[in-house]
Amino acid sequence: MSEILNPIIVLGGLGLLFGVLLSIASKVFAVKVDPKVEELLGALPGANCGACGYPGCAGLANALAEGRAPTNACSIGGQKVANHVAEILGVNAASFEKKVAVVLCQGDCDKAKNKYEYQGLQDCRIQSTLAGGKKECTYGCVGCGSCFDVCEFNAIRMINDIAVINRENCTACNKCVEICPKKIIELVPYTNNAVVKCKSQDPGKLVRSYCSTGCIACQICVKNCPTDAFSFENNLARINYDKCINCMVCVEKCPTNAIDNVSIVSEDFAQKFAS
Amino acid sequence: MGLFALIISNIFVNNYVFARFLGICPFLGVSNKMETATGMGLAVTFVTTFASVITYIIQKAVLDVFGLGYLQTIVFILVIASLVQFVELALKKMIPTLYSAMGVYLPLITTNCIVLGVAILNIQEGYNLIQTTVSAATAALGFFLALVLVASLREKMEIADIPEALVGFPITLIAAGLMSIAFSGFAGLV
Repeated sequence: MSEILNPIIVLGGLGLLFGVLLSIASKVFAVKVDPKVEELLGALPGANCGACGYPGCAGLANALAEGRAPTNACSIGGQKVANHVAEILGVNAASFEKKVAVVLCQGDCDKAKNKYEYQGLQDCRIQSTLAGGKKECTYGCVGCGSCFDVCEFNAIRMINDIAVINRENCTACNKCVEICPKKIIELVPYTNNAVVKCKSQDPGKLVRSYCSTGCIACQICVKNCPTDAFSFENNLARINYDKCINCMVCVEKCPTNAIDNVSIVSEDFAQKFAS
Repeated sequence: MGLFALIISNIFVNNYVFARFLGICPFLGVSNKMETATGMGLAVTFVTTFASVITYIIQKAVLDVFGLGYLQTIVFILVIASLVQFVELALKKMIPTLYSAMGVYLPLITTNCIVLGVAILNIQEGYNLIQTTVSAATAALGFFLALVLVASLREKMEIADIPEALVGFPITLIAAGLMSIAFSGFAGLV
C-alpha cells in the first residue's frame, strides 16, 4: 500500500506546497499595474516596431501611462491612435505631426569627389568602416543602399550613388534612420519644405574642395532667415523646424544649394518610382 | 574531481551546448543579437544555479528518504517551474531593473532542458552541495559563453554575403557545428 501512497503523498504534497508558496508570493510581491497600461496597449498598433524609441508597444504604453511620452509618440499609428490614447489618458490629443525621413546629403557621383574605388560587399556599414567610406567627405552618403534594403514601404531609391526618399511613400518607421552608419537620415516634419541637406562638420574651405553642394558655413541662411529659424554649430547650419515658415528664402540664397526644397520632386526621381 | 577541474570541465571541455548538446533551443532562438543573448545567458545562469541547489536538497531530503528516486524527473520539473515563477514574481517586486533586463526570458527557461539536465546530472555524478552549486553555475556560464560567441558571429553574418540557400538558420547551424568541433579541442584537458 505504501508503494502507492508514498509517491502520491510526496508528489501531491510538493505540488500543494509550491502552489501555496506561489500564491503567497503573488500576494507578497504583487506589483500594482496601472489599468490604463493594458488599455493603452490595446489602443496601440501592436506592431512592436520600436519607432517610438521604446522597447515595443508595451514599453510605450508604460511610458504613456506615466506621462513620460507624448500622446502622439506612435509614429505609425498617426492621428487616430493619438486621439485614442488621449481619450484613455483623459488629456487633449497633441496634434499628430506627420514626419518623413530625409537623407541629409546630396553628394552624388557628379557633385562629390571619391577618394577610392570601392569594390567590396554592397553594404554601407561595411564600406563606411574602410577609411570612412569611398567619398572624400566622411560625413556623407556612401551610396551602397543599406537603407534601400531595409525599407519595406518602397520609399527609397538609389539615384546616382545616393539615397533619395519618396515623401509620399515614407511612413517614418525609422528603419533607415537606424541602419544608416553615417546617421544622415533624419525624420523631418512633413509640412516643412526647407531642409539643410548636409551633415559635414568640416570647415567651409575643405567642404568646397570635395563637394559642390555641401554646407560651407557661410551663414547666409542665418542672416537672411526672417524668423531666426537657423542656428549654427560645428560649421553646419541647422533649421529649427518649429520656427520655419516655409518662405524658402534660405533655399534661394544658399550659394551651394545645400538647403533644398524637398517638396519639389525632380522628373528623374518621379520616373525612378514609376518604373 | 577538484573544484577547479570541475569549472574548466563545465565551461570548456564538457560545455553543455557544444559537447552535451543541451539547451540548443534557446541557443538558436535568442542568439541573433548580443543584447538578447546576454539577457538570456544571465537568466539561465541565475535559474540553473538556484534550481540545482533546491533540487539537490529535495533529492536528499525527500526523494532519497522515501526511496522515490524514480520520481526524480517529474519532481524536478515541478520544482524548476515553480522556482522560475517565484523568481519572476520576486524580481518584479524587488529588483525591477534586473527584471526588465531578463524578465522576458525567465518564462522561456521554465522547461529548458539545460536547467533540468544540469540538476539531474549533478545528482547522477554524486556531487555534494558545494560541488553542485559550482557545477551548476559553471555549466550555465558555459552556456552563456556559447550563446555570446554565436551571437557575435551571427551579428557579423547578418551583413555578410551568404549563399541564399544558407541564410538564417542553416548557416547558424553550420557555425555552431564548427564551433562544437573547435571546442572538442579542449578534450583531454581534465
